[in-house]
Amino acid sequence: MNLTVTRAGFLVSIQDLGRIGHRQFGVSTGGALDLHAMRIANFLVGNDESAAGLEITQGNVRIRFEDERIISWCGGDYEVRVASYSISSGHSALVLAGDELSISGPQQGCRGWLAISGGIAVPSVLGSRSTDLCGNFGGLDGRALRDGDTLPLGKNPERTKVWMENLRTERIAGWSAPKPWSQTVVAEPVLRVVRGTDWNRFNASTHHAVTSEAFTVLPDSDRMGVRLSGPELCRTDDLDLVSEAVAPGTMQVPPSGRPILLLGDCQTIGGYPKIAHVITVDLSIAAQFRAGDHVCFSEVSITDAHRLLVQRERELERFRIGLSLHDS
Amino acid sequence: MQITALGDSALIVRVRDRFEDASEKTLSEVLSALRRLENAQIPGVIELAPAYTTVAVFFDPLRVIDDGAEPDGVIELLIQRIGEALAGRRMQHKRAAAHTAEIPVCYDLEFAIDLERVARHAQISPGEVIDLHCAAEYRVNCIGFTPGFPYLTGLPNKLATPRHTIPRNEIPAGSVAIGGAQAGIYPQESPGGWNVIGRTPLRLFDPQRDPPVLFQTGDEVRFRRITREEFQALQP
Repeated sequence: MNLTVTRAGFLVSIQDLGRIGHRQFGVSTGGALDLHAMRIANFLVGNDESAAGLEITQGNVRIRFEDERIISWCGGDYEVRVASYSISSGHSALVLAGDELSISGPQQGCRGWLAISGGIAVPSVLGSRSTDLCGNFGGLDGRALRDGDTLPLGKNPERTKVWMENLRTERIAGWSAPKPWSQTVVAEPVLRVVRGTDWNRFNASTHHAVTSEAFTVLPDSDRMGVRLSGPELCRTDDLDLVSEAVAPGTMQVPPSGRPILLLGDCQTIGGYPKIAHVITVDLSIAAQFRAGDHVCFSEVSITDAHRLLVQRERELERFRIGLSLHDS
Repeated sequence: MQITALGDSALIVRVRDRFEDASEKTLSEVLSALRRLENAQIPGVIELAPAYTTVAVFFDPLRVIDDGAEPDGVIELLIQRIGEALAGRRMQHKRAAAHTAEIPVCYDLEFAIDLERVARHAQISPGEVIDLHCAAEYRVNCIGFTPGFPYLTGLPNKLATPRHTIPRNEIPAGSVAIGGAQAGIYPQESPGGWNVIGRTPLRLFDPQRDPPVLFQTGDEVRFRRITREEFQALQP
């Protein structure tokens, strides 16, 4: 069975947890810019965490369903409605054949991730269903979705079928994901960073500036990176660096002195000095930046970054066990 | 040899600081390190990415911890394991084993939008540019920028030409180009600032293929001149 995107809004693309193992060929990892949000949304509809869903950038999206599905979404401050129901982020909801889901907003933030039980069943390309918008492959014909696109859906998982029966009257489940996971917009965000590979190529006042002053998100930000303006970041040398690997979270500083925080669609290599790296657990916040937002950075150790990741994963495991209580 | 963290989920193994000084030697050291790290199958390592002087080691911290690392000791354990993988007698990567790819190129002016510019810069004729370009032997030092874009060393010094200060918005797929002292080929239509001197009908990157690229880091590349008719016939 299918769903039809009757209105594709500003930018909707098919994404999953990304492409691993092809960086050596210049292929970005891509995937949902907030991988954690995509996983949570998938768990809430009974999918495997790696199922493909939709990444929505700015709202004005409508989606019609041909058959019964459970849906869930996480991300910015969107308003999501079906029939007379309003579906909050991090909730599981039953949609019926013929229902049209509308996604509007966001009041705050930038992106949202929608999971549909069964997942979007486009073919896997290089191990992922994610759309590579730069390489033009994966997803649906390697492009952003357009009005009228029809997408194939996988079969509803067995556990989803049980949940569907339980939701037949209420439509929206009583259970939900923790708010900080499903509603990821943060007021006055402070992203935690570890020192970059080229930290020592910057002077002490720049070290201080980058970890204490506010930066502003510039309009030409996209899935490749968030462009920032703020205090001038000065290097202590002017050597030409040899290009080497970069990754989502890398903060690189081009000669303009205005840093770029790389996101999921970033290139695999870069030759600009890397002053810092946003830690994995805070990439969810970075995925919500829009032009004009202010952001600060604070330094943590890599050990802290790993501890936070382990802690989040443990909480996620507890959440999954909690969800499985609804299987019967 | 130096190992530094690239964020909380990758390490960069730096074989040496500069590339130009000894590019052949550096490349074989990088390839040797890459092979050793591949063979070591370090638990939690999810992919390796070579580039010029480095091999990046991407890992999943949670898997490294599952494999027995203390949450406070992930980096230390990985550095130790990488060190073990790279220790011992250096096996030089055998050049003879490198795969050689021959790339057919049509240098007709219709495709070679910067051939005149390169010729002017080198103070030779466009024909001589083509002859020099075809006579040289190149090696892939890195793949990046866009999926499948090869950065090639081996460009004759005479042909080195500065990039355009304002990049073009659209360089057609298959464009064979010169950027400073490096040669390259644009696998898909993309913006770019390199000097385009011809076009290949080959599809350098095809996500439906395995591997998706025609050649990999370390491979040798040569260019062969073809006519417009041959170009047409070779197009997929």
